[in-house]
Amino acid sequence: MTGMRLDRPDERGRFGEYGGMFAPETLMPALEELAHGFADAWADSGFAGGFRELLNTYAGRPTPLHGADRLSEEIGVRVLLKREDLAHTGAHKINNALGQGLLASRMGKTRLIAETGAGQHGVATATAAAYVGLECLVYMGEKDIERQALNVMRMRMLGAGVIPVTAGAGTLKDAVNEAMRDWVRTVENTHYIIGSAVGPHPFPWMVREFQKVIGEESISQLEGERPDTVVACVGGGSNAIGMFYPFAGLPGIDLVGVEAAGHGIATGRHGASIGAGSPGILHGARTYMLQDDEGQVLEAHSISAGLDYPGVGPELAYFADAGLARYVSITDQEALEGVDLLARTEGIIPALESAHAVAWVAREADALDGRTVLLNLSGRGDKDVEMIAAHASEGS
Amino acid sequence: MSRRCLDGLFARVREEGRTAFLPFMTAGLPDPGTTVEAFTAMAEAGADAFEVGIPYSDPLMDGPIIQAASAKAIESGMTLRGGFEVLGRVVEATGLPALAMSYANPVFRLGPDEFARRAADAGACGLIVADLPLEEAPPVAEAAHRAGIGLVLFAAPTTHDERLARIAARRPVFIYGVAELGVTGERNRMSARPRDLAARIRAVTDTPLVMGVGIGTPQQAAALAPYADGVIVGSALVRRAIESPDPIPEIAAAAAALAGALSGSGAPK
Ligand SMILES: Cc1ncc(COP(=O)(O)O)c(C=O)c1O
Repeated sequence: MTGMRLDRPDERGRFGEYGGMFAPETLMPALEELAHGFADAWADSGFAGGFRELLNTYAGRPTPLHGADRLSEEIGVRVLLKREDLAHTGAHKINNALGQGLLASRMGKTRLIAETGAGQHGVATATAAAYVGLECLVYMGEKDIERQALNVMRMRMLGAGVIPVTAGAGTLKDAVNEAMRDWVRTVENTHYIIGSAVGPHPFPWMVREFQKVIGEESISQLEGERPDTVVACVGGGSNAIGMFYPFAGLPGIDLVGVEAAGHGIATGRHGASIGAGSPGILHGARTYMLQDDEGQVLEAHSISAGLDYPGVGPELAYFADAGLARYVSITDQEALEGVDLLARTEGIIPALESAHAVAWVAREADALDGRTVLLNLSGRGDKDVEMIAAHASEGS
Repeated sequence: MSRRCLDGLFARVREEGRTAFLPFMTAGLPDPGTTVEAFTAMAEAGADAFEVGIPYSDPLMDGPIIQAASAKAIESGMTLRGGFEVLGRVVEATGLPALAMSYANPVFRLGPDEFARRAADAGACGLIVADLPLEEAPPVAEAAHRAGIGLVLFAAPTTHDERLARIAARRPVFIYGVAELGVTGERNRMSARPRDLAARIRAVTDTPLVMGVGIGTPQQAAALAPYADGVIVGSALVRRAIESPDPIPEIAAAAAALAGALSGSGAPK
């Protein structure tokens, strides 16, 4: 049975049975204040209008909807690309960072913190911080600092501090933990700009509201045409929910989230929280996650830092159970081939994250025959060039 | 919620004109036997009750010391089952009440009823769940009640008075007053926050108040003693368990100094 999309979570911050507020007491008053502050701002046409205006004048929106003719010809499926890679700073992350940055200013906060995996959210937050004139500190796993060095440099140029996180595997999950720990200490003057549609209520809802511009713009750019399939990669799920939400529940549209299969689901080294995980509580919300029988969190794995995360946003978990979206996965190797395919046919080097979505369309071309696919190209691949080159020379 | 857990204790220390000392230690650091020894030494040094940390992979309310302790314990094979076993052995060896400390995910992974039943079977009299605020507490509180044990709820310096009243109304085993902003860990200096918080809590409820987070030295414990029914010390003791080549005597000495600082405090205000 298919459920309905929910305008907003219930009063307990839940989308169906997912979400909630599993946070230390110290943060609870701030989360309450944030939920009210956001609801208030979002209902204020001055704030909401100012945000939309800023996206257009500063962040390069609307991003183009590009008919990928040569790709379509090569794989035999009509593909339209939503070009979030052309947004300022190179990914959809800027939509959320600017929204939360403006909100933090409005709420009188003086300091911004963020976690980042691929570094795109860190760069977006550093950018938003510079724009609104607030101090900014970004937590980033040690391993990610290594594999996304370009973005570390960009954050520092933008005036942000970057703090390496050595706990765990030194990836996105550990960076979120450390940002939360900072926030527990500094919550009186600091806003935590969480980078995906994850975390305790009201973050998943708020991030979706700031990102749903992706799907709304796509609908208006389609000028009445309906895609048959809408596809997006899924890390924490912000680009996916931003694209999916406006389409959710429309008849005849297949929403497909692509998770990281890493080395392959069977190896256990992957990031497929919905596809191969189970419901649990991670980073403040009940959602699908990777865990063992006693509830210890398992490490994820993906070649792409942005999908290397053992959880997923609670609304996407709800979409899974409600039958509003389905989830598939793509391996590291397939993603690399997706980069190559899009670069050669369209002259676009996608982020490794986004390449998962490209690779899925290519792999499933036969099944998609005759359909029109709208693909959210969440970010550009400049940050991944070194990594991709290293794999290419290994493989040859 | 059951308050039988430590009621007798708080009444007794009040009568004795002192404040209860509740040390924390991570189970299985570095092995179960050593943890039991550490708790036994702390009992002899004057501890009144214990908080036994069941190691969790992602302890986001903990600072570097307890994070390292959890990681190390997990690495050396500590499990949930093993953690409860350690707790049971501690209760048996010392005859003192103990609370199991964990995070929401293990509790809900087992299911609140199964988790509470296992804790109760092991001998715990209460549960402390670091990321379980008032809003999410009911299923765990009810499960604890069914298992005949209690649940602790938190109040923090950021908790406003109206919220304090709602927390107290749930009648927890005790209110865990989060003394300082931030995660667990030692602080060089104590701020005015712990005292302000204690006073605000006292103003709305007679639920027993135990202060923890950021209290590490006998001086800090003594400074808070007049305002609380109990004081929890964690990182300062766990640090010794991690760093010292011969941890038991060091832990015992530190515990004795802390217990001493709390014993001459006079009845809590
Ligand atoms: C380009 C790009 N796409 C996708 C993601 C994954 O995040 P989300 O699932 O929140 O969109 C990231 C995260 O870093 C990213 O940089």
